[in-house]
Amino acid sequence: MQFDSSNLSLRRLLLSLGVLAMLSLLPGCGKRETLVEAADRDQVLLVGNGTEPQDLDPDVVTGVQEFHIMMSLLEGLVSEDPVDLHPVPGVAESWDISPDRKVYTFHLRKDAKWSNGEPVTARDFWEAYKRILTPSLGSEYAYMHYVVKNAEAYNTNGITDFNQVGYKVIDDHTLQVTLNNPTPYFLSLLLHHSWYPINIRTVAKYGDPYQRGSKWTRPGRYVGNGPFVLTQWRVNDVVEVRKSPTYWDRARVRLNGIRFYPIESLDTEERAFRAGQLHVTLEVPLSKIDYYKTNYPNLIKIDPYLGTYFYRVNVTKPPLSDKRVRQALAMAIDREALVKDVLKGGQLPAFNLTPPGTAGYTCRTHLQENIAEAKRLLAAAGYPDGKGLPTIELLYNTLESHRTIAEALQQMWKTQLGVDVRLVNQEWKVYLDTQRSLNYEICRGSWIGDYDDPNTFLDMWLTGGGNNETGWSNPEYDRLIAQAAATADPQQRLEVFQKAEAILMDETPEIPIYFYTHVCLQRPELKGWYPTILDNHPYKYVYLETNADAAVPLK
Amino acid sequence: MTAQFPNVTQHAGEIEPGQSLWQDAWHRLRQNKMAVAGGIFVGVLALASFLTPLVAPGSYAHTNLALGATGPSLAHWMGTDSLGRDMLSRVLFGGCISLSVGLAATLVSVVIGVLYGAISGYLGGRIDMILMRIVDIVYSLPFVIFVILILVIFGRHIVLLFMAIGAVSWLDMARIVRAQVMSLKKQEFVEAAVALGLRKRRIILRHMIPNVLGIVAIYATLIVPSVMLLEAFLSFLGLGVQAPMSSWGTLILDGSKSMEEYPWLLIFPGLFFSLTLFSLNFLGDGLRDALDVRASKD
Amino acid sequence: MLRFIFKRILEAIPVLFIVATITFFLLKIMPGGPFDTERPMPPEVKKAIYAYYGLDKPAWQQYAQYLERLVLHGDLGESQKYFGWTVNELLGGSLPVSVELGIEGMCFALFFGLIAGTVASLRKNTAGDYIPMSVATFGICIPSFVTGPLLILVFAIWLGWFNSSGWFFPRDRILPAMTLGLYYMAYISRLTRGGMLEILNQDFIRTARAKGASEWRIVAKHSLRGGLLSVVAFLGPAVSGIVTGSIVVEKIFEIPGTGRFFVNAAFDRDGPMLMGTTLVYAVLVVAMNLVADILAVWMNPKLRFE
Repeated sequence: MQFDSSNLSLRRLLLSLGVLAMLSLLPGCGKRETLVEAADRDQVLLVGNGTEPQDLDPDVVTGVQEFHIMMSLLEGLVSEDPVDLHPVPGVAESWDISPDRKVYTFHLRKDAKWSNGEPVTARDFWEAYKRILTPSLGSEYAYMHYVVKNAEAYNTNGITDFNQVGYKVIDDHTLQVTLNNPTPYFLSLLLHHSWYPINIRTVAKYGDPYQRGSKWTRPGRYVGNGPFVLTQWRVNDVVEVRKSPTYWDRARVRLNGIRFYPIESLDTEERAFRAGQLHVTLEVPLSKIDYYKTNYPNLIKIDPYLGTYFYRVNVTKPPLSDKRVRQALAMAIDREALVKDVLKGGQLPAFNLTPPGTAGYTCRTHLQENIAEAKRLLAAAGYPDGKGLPTIELLYNTLESHRTIAEALQQMWKTQLGVDVRLVNQEWKVYLDTQRSLNYEICRGSWIGDYDDPNTFLDMWLTGGGNNETGWSNPEYDRLIAQAAATADPQQRLEVFQKAEAILMDETPEIPIYFYTHVCLQRPELKGWYPTILDNHPYKYVYLETNADAAVPLK
Repeated sequence: MTAQFPNVTQHAGEIEPGQSLWQDAWHRLRQNKMAVAGGIFVGVLALASFLTPLVAPGSYAHTNLALGATGPSLAHWMGTDSLGRDMLSRVLFGGCISLSVGLAATLVSVVIGVLYGAISGYLGGRIDMILMRIVDIVYSLPFVIFVILILVIFGRHIVLLFMAIGAVSWLDMARIVRAQVMSLKKQEFVEAAVALGLRKRRIILRHMIPNVLGIVAIYATLIVPSVMLLEAFLSFLGLGVQAPMSSWGTLILDGSKSMEEYPWLLIFPGLFFSLTLFSLNFLGDGLRDALDVRASKD
Repeated sequence: MLRFIFKRILEAIPVLFIVATITFFLLKIMPGGPFDTERPMPPEVKKAIYAYYGLDKPAWQQYAQYLERLVLHGDLGESQKYFGWTVNELLGGSLPVSVELGIEGMCFALFFGLIAGTVASLRKNTAGDYIPMSVATFGICIPSFVTGPLLILVFAIWLGWFNSSGWFFPRDRILPAMTLGLYYMAYISRLTRGGMLEILNQDFIRTARAKGASEWRIVAKHSLRGGLLSVVAFLGPAVSGIVTGSIVVEKIFEIPGTGRFFVNAAFDRDGPMLMGTTLVYAVLVVAMNLVADILAVWMNPKLRFE
């Protein structure tokens, strides 16, 4: 039966349906001012900042994203030069170093103020260091202070009197720090947020300063001494800071504010950039790198970054307990192809662990990529052409680039060496657990330098070191690293590192793959933002140059 | 008399062969062109997909880094992805995985759901209430947790993926079967079976379940698409099949990230995925229309 | 009616309790804890953190403590991932956003779905049936993580009508609601069509036509109720589906809703957050099932006697 009466009313219905669909899009019609255009006018910087910050308390957090925000709210003894990150005066306007290079005396400026008007004193730094080293706070970055005399002992409940730790408040504006060893990279250590001062009175107002759970980091409560103050914090939405009226160097600060957007997904971040919502992104998704390099080369920035991507090898289980198998695997990788065809982010193939040029150190021992030699080693170990070698498990945590590299390597090892590899993807926590308990065979790892010195890359591999996680132990290596720590002469020290890294490369408890670069997108009006190897950009030098160039239509 | 019953007069002497419900339904189904087309498409695709691992094993993992992503060409009908892998192999292999997940999970959910629903519906009373409350609880459980847990504790084996997905898909099936059984319970043939002294188990297995198979078939064809989408969702969270294996879900996810630069990476898997779901939906609709006795015949 | 509601609420309590218990102990079984970090902590430090969050106590004791805080103070605990916030604060800020998104998506789905389904049922087996149904089926067959970026590409980037992400301005709601609702629009249109067809095939409709009733009257007065019935029955599962669907949409559009906490809590092993989101989810499902049942009974008096 056909219900064909009153076709008209139904036709009318369909028509109105179509109109309604169009109407629902109407509020969007027409070009509007983009967010960056508005922000340029107001001199507000819009930053894509990755994940939502866990907190903004410098003694408790560990992430890079949190650090980026805290850099605007707090300032340490030293600050950094925006171009090459060398230490420049921060709260400390000058400092003296003792001849044995173990005692640093900092002279604080008199006009440094907290955002509530109180002056910043040496005591504020002393209180902060006491807080971060107090075991009950459970700070994960307390180890940054272990170069200081007795700091480790205090943190691990060895001693209970903080006055025995190598910090001394000489007077309101003088702080003295005593180290265990001459540590040439000490000043760049101070750039890290674990060395920031704390307004302990504010922390105490909202909770116990030596326990977690003090809710002092909210807007309206937060007291910092940096160029900006916290004005808004909406979880998973935005963190906003505004120029501080009490900062001692406020004359130099040109931005009126910064908005940090926690955008987790790289694809969403890239789209936001294209839609004119961000001035600078944190990263760029793999698939878009070529697109920007070809179409908008002035917007994509590829800069060196202090980090190495490598695979850890569990040396406690056969067949990987045999050094020759490890070396064979390391030699059979075509790093150039990986970097050029897969990663495309201008990364450098890594033939050793420490990135070249780290504080003037470039390792001379290089891994050779040599298929013939690799095959010979594998055969010598008893597995000619991979026969008899059980399937090796390659573990990685969930991220697209990790997976892509693992897939490529799996094929390389199969075709070149006849080695069968099975890929295992675990989510982050499980992956950490598996790694720590040495339940893996090969697993993906990386290390971003905490400070600009080869030590941060090389002291990981000490016997029983917390970041070793391979079961590798070499007494000679341990001895060399300890020797380096005690060597005062910088050149000699680097030579010791050369010897140590030579051992590391020979034993291959880790297979270096590539050196990181930092790839991000930046709008042309962003100025004062220089490429640095730690990706630190002191905000007081940043500004937005509003001229015709800014109206770049991005399609 | 002739005027009242023209048909009878016309075919006097011929006895039209009787048609059972199933034959009737099959006849109606065959007439539904979309359903037939859908069925054929899925059948052919399934055949191709399941043959792929046998005919060209490992082809989905073969990388060619220098080649990179290229569009469709004679050498690669569906192009290559960013690691230079042939997309035709990957799409077909993905089909194998996705269809397997769909079928296996559906099988698990059908077996569990039908038994559960039939028992609950037939026995009624207290047992029914408890069983249905359990369904409510499982419904409220955060599914993601459950799957993460299984995958974490037991590893990312694909069989576990089937089971985990199937384990949460039986709920609707159980409810539907229960409703159906409860209405069947009131019919006379059941009374007769009880009067004959048949044991409950026999009644459930021999009488209830065969009579609900129609509706089960319908919903089974509709579970497969939702299971496949669920697998895609899990891939989105990073819990899908283990690399370098690909399912349509992972292929579509990766393709959607580069849909401007390399649209073929999205188009081909997306097309196959959608067409398969389309076909299954039409098949399900066709089954429903075919088995609905009240639908008019003109 | 009131007794019915009351009885259902009473029945819901043990359900919620069981859900909470299972979730809690599942979390305890999972390998990895909230404070496992890449750079390991000295044991004293780890001990201190565990002591603060009560993680050093046996599992059943932790659970008892959690229940006590929850029932007596309505306190869902402190987040173990976002140190500066309590779960109450985080959920309190994000739930309204998710609820708004869900409602808007549902409105979109209901409005277009009902219309499409109605039209299709009246034009059965013709183009007027196949076209809306095919479009609707498309909605089921294409995952939201494809339609979302597609919509963004076309409307936010190429045309520049909207922001590509964020939840700051009223217009930011439109694309996410569309993405979320598309799947349900498809489902609802199919259900409406099916339900209406069931009614339209019945004899009393034939009678109404014979009596000369207009198309409009037949649709609105008689058949729509049947269509709506199936839709109402679907509302319960639809809501739980919208919660999971919103996870994807919230991630694509960077919407500060609860979906993200829901998933990340499991990955971060953030116990209090996981419990909080699970309970919220369970309450929502139970409530929606109750609403759906009430609506069904209200619309179909026959059910009252079951």
